[in-house]
Amino acid sequence: MAVPLAFFALFFGWPVASIVGRGLKTDSGWQFGQIAEVLGRPDIAGVLWFTAWQALASTALTLLLALPAAYVFARFEFPGKQLLRAVVTVPFVLPTVVVGTAFLALVGRNGLADELWGVRLDTTVWAILLAHVFFNYAVVVRTVGGLWAQLDPRQEEAARVLGAGRFAAWRQVTLPALAPAVGAAALMVFLFTFSSFGVVQILGGPSYATLEVEVYRQTAQLLDLSTAAVLTLVQFAAVGMILAIHAWTVRRRETALRLVDPSGTAHRPRGLAQRALLGGVLLTIALLIVLPLGVLVERSFDEAGGYGLGYYRALQDAGATGTFLVPPLDAVGNSLRYALAATAIALLIGGLAAAALTRRAGPFVRGFDALLMLPLGVSAVTVGFGFLITLDEPPLDLRTSWILVPLAQALVGVPFVVRTMLPVLRAVDARLREAAAVLGASPWRAWREVDLPLVRRALLIAAGFAFAVSLGEFGATVFIARPDHPTLPVAVARLLGRAGELNYGQAMALSTILMLVCAVSLLLLERLRSDKTSGEF
Amino acid sequence: MSTTKKIAGTVLAAALGVGTLTACGSDDTKDKGAAASGEPKSKTVTLVSHDSFNASEAILKEFEKQTGYTVKVVKSGDAGAALNQEILTKGKPRGDVFFGVDNTLLSRALDNGIFTPYEAKGLAGVGAAYQLDKEHRVTPVDTADICINYDKKYFADKKLAPPQTLDDLIKPEYKNLLVAENAATSSPGLGFLLATVGKYGEQGWQDYWSKLRANGVEVVDGWEQAYNERFSGSAGGKKAKGDRPLVVSYASSPPVEVLYAEPQPAEAPTGVSTGTCFRQIEFAGLLKGAKNEAGGKALLDFLISRGFQEDMPLNMFVNPVVQDAKLPEIFTKHGVVIEKPETVAPDTIAKNREQWVKSWTSLVVK
Repeated sequence: MAVPLAFFALFFGWPVASIVGRGLKTDSGWQFGQIAEVLGRPDIAGVLWFTAWQALASTALTLLLALPAAYVFARFEFPGKQLLRAVVTVPFVLPTVVVGTAFLALVGRNGLADELWGVRLDTTVWAILLAHVFFNYAVVVRTVGGLWAQLDPRQEEAARVLGAGRFAAWRQVTLPALAPAVGAAALMVFLFTFSSFGVVQILGGPSYATLEVEVYRQTAQLLDLSTAAVLTLVQFAAVGMILAIHAWTVRRRETALRLVDPSGTAHRPRGLAQRALLGGVLLTIALLIVLPLGVLVERSFDEAGGYGLGYYRALQDAGATGTFLVPPLDAVGNSLRYALAATAIALLIGGLAAAALTRRAGPFVRGFDALLMLPLGVSAVTVGFGFLITLDEPPLDLRTSWILVPLAQALVGVPFVVRTMLPVLRAVDARLREAAAVLGASPWRAWREVDLPLVRRALLIAAGFAFAVSLGEFGATVFIARPDHPTLPVAVARLLGRAGELNYGQAMALSTILMLVCAVSLLLLERLRSDKTSGEF
Repeated sequence: MSTTKKIAGTVLAAALGVGTLTACGSDDTKDKGAAASGEPKSKTVTLVSHDSFNASEAILKEFEKQTGYTVKVVKSGDAGAALNQEILTKGKPRGDVFFGVDNTLLSRALDNGIFTPYEAKGLAGVGAAYQLDKEHRVTPVDTADICINYDKKYFADKKLAPPQTLDDLIKPEYKNLLVAENAATSSPGLGFLLATVGKYGEQGWQDYWSKLRANGVEVVDGWEQAYNERFSGSAGGKKAKGDRPLVVSYASSPPVEVLYAEPQPAEAPTGVSTGTCFRQIEFAGLLKGAKNEAGGKALLDFLISRGFQEDMPLNMFVNPVVQDAKLPEIFTKHGVVIEKPETVAPDTIAKNREQWVKSWTSLVVK
């Protein structure tokens, strides 16, 4: 526990506290009156209200559309399942600039929906909500589906044999077991949409702002640190409250579960109802996720004289005109290296934290649990500006060092690792560990022989998330030095920041490559996790 | 135990990743090596800038050859964010020279005292109109004109003359044609607001914007959306089926459309409305607390040398400030020279910027 605690204190607590302190403290002392003053402003109240309700609506809509998919992925066997699971995770890593482009092509003015049915959703809340579902679909499918696949369907069957109806059996057996995972997924979606930045800016137009957008504006544009500090505190308070509610509702339901090998729980869909469900889920994915991604791919080939590979070929040159010091294609390597380092850090810190949280209880530990989730709800610009004023003395003058990139990315990855592993770790029957101890195993050996085989799957899911988050991270990365080592999202943004056909085409081609890199990495992880694990259970 | 092996494999792969990554940090090792072998203390000069900074590799090599210093570039966000980070790290800067404060933000930089005065060699060759700071805390490096761009094909098809002045934009024949950027979040957006302040005065601009709004101006958050999504004349906008033939962009955008098209067209697909422009001037300065002051001064001299000035246009799509620097052919052929841009004095901007943006927001966005 000491390691994760120190990590968070150094790379999160201290920078954020310093920047907030800088905003609230002037030469004449602390300005707590600021808080009431800022909160009393009608525009700020409007921002607060919009932030809260759009996050709630987005979370509800995401759960509604993605829970059936979680079930389908957990219980049904169908061709292309692994590929599809990787595909639904792709949006998660795409830079919002790119996604905004794709969405506008579908639901914007003269978009596909406009041409077919005269439906336009740009600058409406609907576009924001749909884009949030697009981004967060995988969070629900992967966290809930991951656990669902490991629940023994025979328990539900037993309940039905004993006379329970189909729904009653599900409600009394499966639902309680799933609740912690559903809660964790809902919480993550809520935190992501609560702190939504790019989606709201691009699809909502200038008339909608979330707290995160406002913090960015106040900090980066206006340098009004005191208003930014108050808003950061408000965001802290809101996130803290959500975490408290979450802890209260979930903790009571967490019990040791009988986890089984997922490959034995899925079967081919039987009967009309199951086929219809599968069809419905596939259709949702096609419309909501594959179609927008397809638009990007199409544009990456769409040259002046017809379809071709010209934009991809152009990615290999640094270019005579020097948009980059290196060929844009090098960004693939940079992205992979940063993401690997960030994943390693996130797994180490998150794994240690999850283990500590399983073993111990008490208010202190619960507080620590909440602390680990805070980075999801605090704006990247606050952390970034905090780094600037704290990590400025040797040996910790990391402001222009490459390590800051994976460190910042890991901060966002750790909550995923903890949230994915915790339900599984807590579900491990303590008696197994005790039995091992009685038989003479050391705690380390007991962990290796009992916990590890059971959590290996969760660990890989967590690694997938941490990796994907790092691959797509933009907000913190763009602040950090090294123009000769751009990551994929940074390179895409740079290309989009220029006029000209070749730049636009290259941005689309590079986004397509980012999708591919992400999909391939996730497929590899899928292979790892579905290797014949059956013998170990 | 296949599991243990696999975990070990994963950890190893991760460790290798970290190992490869450390290779990225080789610059630092190079520095240390130089210091250890008894050479002068630092051979590196660090330039902090915004994301739009670009220079060709050849010109950076040229600087190294002339002075013996290697340039390391640190980019940190858009122009506003980059400057604010410098203000926050005042006294402990991340580099030696900061490039990229423009006349709309100049007072904020000067009032916060982040620069050490230095009169760069060659300043005599720089146009007097660009030298806004008599104490030489900042050196002018480039200028760019923020102007309305128009889609030539649209206006030819409609047999309509493209608008040329700000007054034209509120005429009924140009209703619902213009897309502009949010003045609160985008620098071309702010520039265009300032063009109207320059033209109609501190009293009259609000009245103008009410009319512009009544004439159907659309406002989006950033340049990328306005230009690549909504504007029908750009390469991106054509694909995205943008339907606004007028956009707030730069006078240098038409040459860029030519440069990055394949094959390059004989004529640019877009044009510039010359009576709608606001002139931006970008400055660089030596940062207080710079570790390599001598190198920083050499870099400032270099930024206004003819070589660098002639390298800039095709890398950053801006105009040189040095009078005898030649523009590339693509600029002279497809670009326009703006004779009379609108201007607002930096002090006036500093005093009113936030209030103007606030009034503008409630007038146009809300």
